[in-house]
Amino acid sequence: MASAPRSSGIKHASTAFAPWEDPDAKPLIQFKNVTKKFGDFTAIDDLTIDIYQREFFALLGPSGCGKTTLMRMLAGFENPTRGQILLGGQDIVAVPPNKRPVNMMFQSYALFPHLSVWDNIAFGLRRDKLDQDKIEERVAEMLRLTRLEQFAKRKPHQISGGQRQRVALARSLAKAPKLLLLDEPLGALDKKLRNETQFELMDIQEKTGTTFVIVTHDQEEAMTVASRVAVMDHGKMIQVDTPAGIYEAPNSVYVADFIGDVNIVEGNATVQGDRVHISFAEGADPIITAFDQPISDGQRVSYAIRPEKISVDREPLADRANHVRGKIEDIGYLGDVSTYHVRLPSGGLISALMTNSRRLARRDFTWDDEVWLSWTDTAGVLLTK
Amino acid sequence: MKRFSWFNATSLTLGFVFLYMPMIILVIYSFNASKLVTVWAGFSTKWYVELFHNEDFLAAAVVTLKVAVVSSTFATVLGTMAAYVLVRQGRFHGRTLFSGMIYAPLVMPEVITGLSLLLLFIGIGLDRGIVTIILAHTTFAMCYVSVVVSSRLTTFDHSLEEAALDLGCSPFEAFRLVTLPIIAPAIISGWLLAFTLSLDDLVIASFTSGPSATTLPIKIFSAVRLGVSPEINALSTIMIGIVTVGVVSASLITKRAAVKRARDEQSAERS
Repeated sequence: MASAPRSSGIKHASTAFAPWEDPDAKPLIQFKNVTKKFGDFTAIDDLTIDIYQREFFALLGPSGCGKTTLMRMLAGFENPTRGQILLGGQDIVAVPPNKRPVNMMFQSYALFPHLSVWDNIAFGLRRDKLDQDKIEERVAEMLRLTRLEQFAKRKPHQISGGQRQRVALARSLAKAPKLLLLDEPLGALDKKLRNETQFELMDIQEKTGTTFVIVTHDQEEAMTVASRVAVMDHGKMIQVDTPAGIYEAPNSVYVADFIGDVNIVEGNATVQGDRVHISFAEGADPIITAFDQPISDGQRVSYAIRPEKISVDREPLADRANHVRGKIEDIGYLGDVSTYHVRLPSGGLISALMTNSRRLARRDFTWDDEVWLSWTDTAGVLLTK
Repeated sequence: MKRFSWFNATSLTLGFVFLYMPMIILVIYSFNASKLVTVWAGFSTKWYVELFHNEDFLAAAVVTLKVAVVSSTFATVLGTMAAYVLVRQGRFHGRTLFSGMIYAPLVMPEVITGLSLLLLFIGIGLDRGIVTIILAHTTFAMCYVSVVVSSRLTTFDHSLEEAALDLGCSPFEAFRLVTLPIIAPAIISGWLLAFTLSLDDLVIASFTSGPSATTLPIKIFSAVRLGVSPEINALSTIMIGIVTVGVVSASLITKRAAVKRARDEQSAERS
């Protein structure tokens, strides 16, 4: 059932599916300077974005960031206060929801309780006045795709949560929409089922070739399924990139902090050749890092480094550019990995992640051990906002 | 299970006696052979036979049924529309005022409702008869229907309608194919409520009826003022019978549906 997990390496993006890098590619959806206000509240703030055919596009952000409003504008349940929304080059703002080649899978699934699974899936096809045998054929296909054949005659309240989720998916895919919107589709499922279903979703997306736009507040889910992730805050898209790009090269402290665990160190920058030295505490060696944006001497900057990029050792590792000494304050043992919280002499706390390649009895460090943290000058990211 | 206690048994008995004694006496006396209501002279069904030969009562019964069916149907349509708009349109200017005005007739004394309707009918020159009773009953039953239907609509998941729109329904189709079937039980109970209210209304009907049309409650009331006759007892017994059958079957249907649903959900969880 599950397809191989999509690699999240950066190399993947350049060779495989990446229409956003192709200047000739025609976007399926275009938001052009879209603003949406509810009274005084600005839900979407002058937003411009292109989404391409066959993409699995994730809108990620905390609640109230505008991701659901954006999706509801695509479905036609909300109209923008200003700006244009184009689908395949045509402005769809004035088109009512029932006339759009867009279908939505609702967070609550919104299955019709008075209709059987079969009739739920056939509902949209019937509205198109298709022939009875065409409808039967298509419903059978959808039931096969979502493995629901033996539940066709049941009512929605007679099946389990996971099955309901698949009925909702089958119903929204039945009309073969150009664009499928998924509003927190896996929110109601438990963790194990959610993981299974994520791969199932990707599988179905690949099989049908439909463009998916998914709304979620679960960063792990967005990273797993999406070809691109848009991190949103206060009605703006802070960063739009591949999952690997978002994780490895966040463009702001907000994004770095929102996705995964990260250590943020603030300090003053000094440019030395092709490296920047960040002095973050008196008496401590500055952090040395590569940089890719203009920096002036003395500028206040933030430095973000992920715990798994930092090595914990008895001695400083000679081949790494950065070394910090500290004392282990806490160890979070998770089985496969352990998180070390290391207190620096300057008072700051850095977390580092180490794989537990040895068994417990032979592990190197314990509480209050003096250790060296080492990392390379390209492991972290220099952030100016 | 609680154990038997004399206190519980006594209070239960007293309660039921208090509630049902008058009706039981009425039913018993409807089978009395004597013409004198208070003297028992043996079992007989002759009052029932006589009742069905009383043209006046039969005509009134027909009028009552016509009024009840037509007015409760109108009231259901109007009340459902009002409830739908008030629940669904979100916040618009004067929404609180409108919903307050829908519910106000519920607490308005019937005498006032009846009198104001009477003045209206006289004012517009409408002759009092079956039409005016229907109009009056529609007016006051409509707010009851709207209360019942709107309480169902507030718990109705709005995304069901959005899903219908999303799958290609026009707003009207979405209402007809999705909303209506789901809220149908509430609409039906609204209709039943309006029907019963219309059946036993005396005050409003007496203001709005004319010489051409009299309803059964008016007939009974005016007959009783000339003295209680066993015929009236028979008529009342029939009405009690109809209401009992209606209420019991309605609650049985509801109960059976609830039990079936619970069983289905259990079997779904097991599989």
